Amino acid sequence: MSDASYVLDDRERMSFSLDREVFVSPEVLERERRAVFDKCWIYVGHGSEVAEPGDFRTRDIADRPILFCRDRAGEVRAFLNSCRHRGALTCTKREGNARLFQCMYHGWVYDTEGKLRTVPGEDAYGPHFDKEKLGLVAVPRLAHYRDFFFLSFDPAVEDLETYLAGAKDYLDLVTEQSPSGRMQVISGTQEYEIAANWKLLVENSVDDYHLPTAHLTWLNYMKNSGVDMKPRETGLLLPTKGAGKDLGNGHLATDNPNYRGRPVAGWMPIYGEDAKPDMAALREELVARLGQARATRVADTNRNLVVFPNLVVNDGSSVTIRTFFPTDAGHMKVTAWALGPVEESAAQRARRLDSFLTFYGPGGFATPDDVAALELVQRGLGAWREVRWSDSSRGMNRPDDEQLNTDEGHLRVFWRRWSGLMGAGR
Amino acid sequence: MSAPQLTGARVSRADVEDFLYYEAELLDSWQLDAWLGLLTEDACYYVPPNDKPDADHRDTLFLVADNIARLRERVKRIKDPNCHAEQPRSRTRRMISNVRITSTSGDTIGVAANFVVYRFRRGEAARDYVGSYRYMLKRQGDSLKIAERRVLLAAEELGALGLISFIL
Ligand code: FES
Ligand SMILES: [Fe+2]
Repeated sequence: MSDASYVLDDRERMSFSLDREVFVSPEVLERERRAVFDKCWIYVGHGSEVAEPGDFRTRDIADRPILFCRDRAGEVRAFLNSCRHRGALTCTKREGNARLFQCMYHGWVYDTEGKLRTVPGEDAYGPHFDKEKLGLVAVPRLAHYRDFFFLSFDPAVEDLETYLAGAKDYLDLVTEQSPSGRMQVISGTQEYEIAANWKLLVENSVDDYHLPTAHLTWLNYMKNSGVDMKPRETGLLLPTKGAGKDLGNGHLATDNPNYRGRPVAGWMPIYGEDAKPDMAALREELVARLGQARATRVADTNRNLVVFPNLVVNDGSSVTIRTFFPTDAGHMKVTAWALGPVEESAAQRARRLDSFLTFYGPGGFATPDDVAALELVQRGLGAWREVRWSDSSRGMNRPDDEQLNTDEGHLRVFWRRWSGLMGAGR
Repeated sequence: MSAPQLTGARVSRADVEDFLYYEAELLDSWQLDAWLGLLTEDACYYVPPNDKPDADHRDTLFLVADNIARLRERVKRIKDPNCHAEQPRSRTRRMISNVRITSTSGDTIGVAANFVVYRFRRGEAARDYVGSYRYMLKRQGDSLKIAERRVLLAAEELGALGLISFIL
């Protein structure tokens, strides 16, 4: 432990302090861009978003314009979306299906494998002008686990599965909701900004300590809808006792027995009486396919997963994929999607989407209060020079493998990995 | 201020405008219980996602898709001092224009209108929500009620508008 660290991690004194400069400093952000976002595996998209050959999506990933597509032969690819001629965005559409991508500026044409196919007026170039070498540049690394595609700008990054470590099991639990193991990003994107440092959303996504205060109105809504919200054991803040998990490599999760509804075989009154037989059938399918124990694991636990650094998969009231990037030290852009099994019936899909909105999103019953909390924190952090340290020591009086979801053990997992990548001192 | 009364046998654009201005006044002044009184017993309220404005909430992830039960809970929530996203409450001013009756069938009247909702909160930049409303209104006696209220945002993404924590 050194005084020059951003993180003061003192296990003996059971104290964990965080220098608030990490949330406000443009220099820290600049270093994060190089030491974190340019070094890690970063989520780019789901295979189902480019289901057919020629399907594409454009999005900004870690400040780069990315063209995420499936080529005519069926392979998923990710290119830097920048024309090799003089730099224009090659593909300007948000999504679609294409055989070729033509740059609007001077008309260079690329195919879905990135090859440069046509250059208008090619006879004006010398003999060393080689179209073979002027294709769209692929991202240095692209890999997927269960259709979650990640890219890395570091060619030497370890392979994805090693990187994901214990997070794989949590992606499995999500994917196993589909009888065929095929999940699908559902149409409709929630894209919004939060006036707060990106790391505050990492913390918030897995911080169950804030539920009783920040989400009191959501708890009331659940109660009014017939869900039993009372803690069943003394000393707990929530109806059930959950865990905060260290999944290795900076990945972490909360892992809680379900006390509210889940679209996967966890009925709640909001779904309506009519939904009961259908949900029983979903349960039966799960048990038949996975066995009783695994079916219970899939259906009866709520899990909020953080894949370091910036992918959140919440498997609770619905399944959400959420990713976010800093635009400056005090702002981030968030993108959120809903995920569901491909074979879902229309009624099941509608229920999943309805359930999503009970909690999540800019118009949900909980997310707006998270955003409010994060923005209030960011404003409070304006006092960082005088009020320098934040405390994240909750639960340090218990062993690492007994951390509750309402403790901060899993938050410390993130910070230890983060400070490891950022280097010991300033 | 009280709800406008219909006088003629046919609902005119002026009737609809009076009704929308009255609704706007209730929303801007946070008279949300009175606003709930403008809704039919099976009313719904939708805000589609910016990238799929024409979609159906049953197969697309919306920003808001409330039936009457959830709408009543929403009002309860945002009036609660523990609704942090609305503490302090948003101050809003709505400008409604380009009002058109788009369909009439029996007692049901389809209405389209454009809006700008300016939203202010202490310590925050002003936010301008721009878009169009799609209403299904129902004539009940000499008053109009809202059966469906759909808010189509013009922005490509919600972006810096951030949240829809008040009734848009
Ligand atoms: S910049 Fe693309 S063709 Fe010139
Ligand atoms: Fe929260």
